[in-house]
Amino acid sequence: MPSSIHLSIVDYSILFLYVAFVIGIGFALKRYMKTSADFFMSGRSIPAWVTGLAFLSANLGALELVGMAASGAKYGIATAHFYWVGAIPAMIFLAVFMMPFYYGSKARSVPEYLKLRFDERIRCFNSLSFAVMTVFASGISMNALAKLLHQLLGWNYDASLWICSIIVLAYVLKGGLTSAIYTEVLQFFMIVLGFAPVVYLGLKDVGGWKSLTQTLSEVATHPAKLELTTKTFAPDAWTSAWTPLLGGASHNPMGVDIFAMVFGLGFVLSFGYWCTNFLVVQRAMAAKNMTAARRTPLIAAVPKMFFPILVILPGMIAAGLAYKGQDGYRLPPSRVTSAAYEEAIPAVQRAAAQQLDDATATQNVSKALRMKVSPEKIGAIVKDVRSKTISEEDLKTKLQAAVSETDYDGVILSLVQKYCPSGLLGLALTALLASFMSGMAGNVTAFNTVWTYDLYQAYLAPNKSDAHYMGMGRIITVIGILLSIACAYFASHYNNAMDIIQLVFGFVNAPLFATFVLGMFWKRTTAHGAFFGLLGGTASSALFHATTLAAGNAPGIKGGYLAVLWVLPSEMAQNFWLASFAFAVCFTLTLCITLVTKRTKSDSELQGLVYSLTPKLKDEESAWFTRPAFLGILLLICCVVLNFLFW
Amino acid sequence: MNLDIRLPIGAMFSLIGAILAISGFLTNSNTEMYRPSLGINVNLWWGLVLFLFGAVMLAFALRAKRIAAKDLANTPKPSHTSVR
Repeated sequence: MPSSIHLSIVDYSILFLYVAFVIGIGFALKRYMKTSADFFMSGRSIPAWVTGLAFLSANLGALELVGMAASGAKYGIATAHFYWVGAIPAMIFLAVFMMPFYYGSKARSVPEYLKLRFDERIRCFNSLSFAVMTVFASGISMNALAKLLHQLLGWNYDASLWICSIIVLAYVLKGGLTSAIYTEVLQFFMIVLGFAPVVYLGLKDVGGWKSLTQTLSEVATHPAKLELTTKTFAPDAWTSAWTPLLGGASHNPMGVDIFAMVFGLGFVLSFGYWCTNFLVVQRAMAAKNMTAARRTPLIAAVPKMFFPILVILPGMIAAGLAYKGQDGYRLPPSRVTSAAYEEAIPAVQRAAAQQLDDATATQNVSKALRMKVSPEKIGAIVKDVRSKTISEEDLKTKLQAAVSETDYDGVILSLVQKYCPSGLLGLALTALLASFMSGMAGNVTAFNTVWTYDLYQAYLAPNKSDAHYMGMGRIITVIGILLSIACAYFASHYNNAMDIIQLVFGFVNAPLFATFVLGMFWKRTTAHGAFFGLLGGTASSALFHATTLAAGNAPGIKGGYLAVLWVLPSEMAQNFWLASFAFAVCFTLTLCITLVTKRTKSDSELQGLVYSLTPKLKDEESAWFTRPAFLGILLLICCVVLNFLFW
Repeated sequence: MNLDIRLPIGAMFSLIGAILAISGFLTNSNTEMYRPSLGINVNLWWGLVLFLFGAVMLAFALRAKRIAAKDLANTPKPSHTSVR
């Protein structure tokens, strides 16, 4: 494989130290795991700063890390909207308004809250979809990890997958949720301390922030030079967060309008994720008391606000470096897989034998590789093959070099490779590995809790002893890991099927927040209303997807397979509008059905579950400046200031 | 009371920091190796930063442990009274 990394003994010792410590933490925690509550909920005993950092880390999976850098290169500073618009407000809302119900109701999971508030049907729907989703999420992430280790370090795919999974299994099995939370905190520091020097070196290399913004303004006016897009934009498109957005969808590289951004991402998707996804909420629920639980998202919000420096800035630096062509740096090309080589090499040989002209040869090779290639380079390769002066290894290297398509997900790693000498390299790679593994641990711990409490205890084996559920928790942890491995193999073989599955989960998640917001803040909301409203919302998002299409896409998996009623400027816009539409449908349906159905739960049953029926929390005992509401407002102000700074 | 997480964090980062700093110190004359990092011996400097971070974490963890031990010693154990 071209451009593989060679690790030295220093790199390996850092890697092994990390692995030894996570497993060690698992074993050290073993003696605290006495009841199922210890195993699934950490016995509600963890201090706020620990749950806060875990809350942040659980969301910051490796795929997010890689994807945000990719977006940083593709869209510039506007990517920060995923943090400043799409996360901070929702995290504050969760802390101030929703955490009292989750923590105070003594529900052990988000689906269980739904059961207490509504009925079994909606719990069943939510827990089933969540359980399947977490398994797929961890499978997808483990597949990405094993693929990365294979491509980068030349490790065996199967061995990487199994070994990493077994490490995760070892520490989750021993320490349960506490293990997962602790390793997430470890991962947080690994990511920050592992990537900070890379960002620093990159920024220094590109000539500092001023020089970077200058280069990026040239990128904005000539994005075709980096093969980013064929359109051109105003000079500030990569360096301003709001001005390009206010100009409309055609004035920013994301192709998103302001409504889709603020309502679709900032309200529906963001609140839907941060306030209802058990994966993150579980961290806050493990806090030692109500105050700590409410502080969890607030503590997480502080680093979250500044994370763009660590995850988005590298992408922007890469775009700047590539535009300048500094030291021959280019954005990493898409990787040619061994299967693609097997098709492409005969195509080159045929082109050489049949004396095809460069254009036809390029077309054939491009088709075999399923990637865009540079005609000049293909012409040169064909010439080499005709004169028989090239070995098969060389041919592969040259084919890879001829690929003119960018693999944006490789951006962050290309910077790590560019700047890290052996030693620092081990640290950065360990950080990446850590975030993949803790992503799996996070998903598996959320999965085993939901399975044991919301599916197994609720429907399959109620009224068993605590030790029984604890045993079940351990068994399902093993099964969860095995299922994740199966999903990883599935993902590596059926990429398209995986896209469809993720799409379906998008449909389920989009309307969910409407159900929660009505349930929590309107005591009248009935179980019928919530259940059928959610089903209707899910169906409507599928319908929306089936009848809309992003510009440039062919009808099919990307949407529009029933009819194309609306063409949106980009996939991102399609996604944001889909969420807005599904939310509106779910909200309206729930409202209407509620009005025509009878209430099933009395006021007293809903105490602690609905805003108006819950006694106001008394946090007078703590100083006013430590109260969640005050901290929330402070954070919100900081967030607004950041937005203005990069307006 | 659970395991104090600052303990493993502190131990791990001071170890990693020490490894990095030592390897940086040993390779200090190798200009070729540090060409990618713009001529800066990042292993040495960043190793020292990590070591310091780890040491601070460890210090906090050990201080908390000492305070907890002191509290335990100061509070009379209920078992003593019940035995007599």
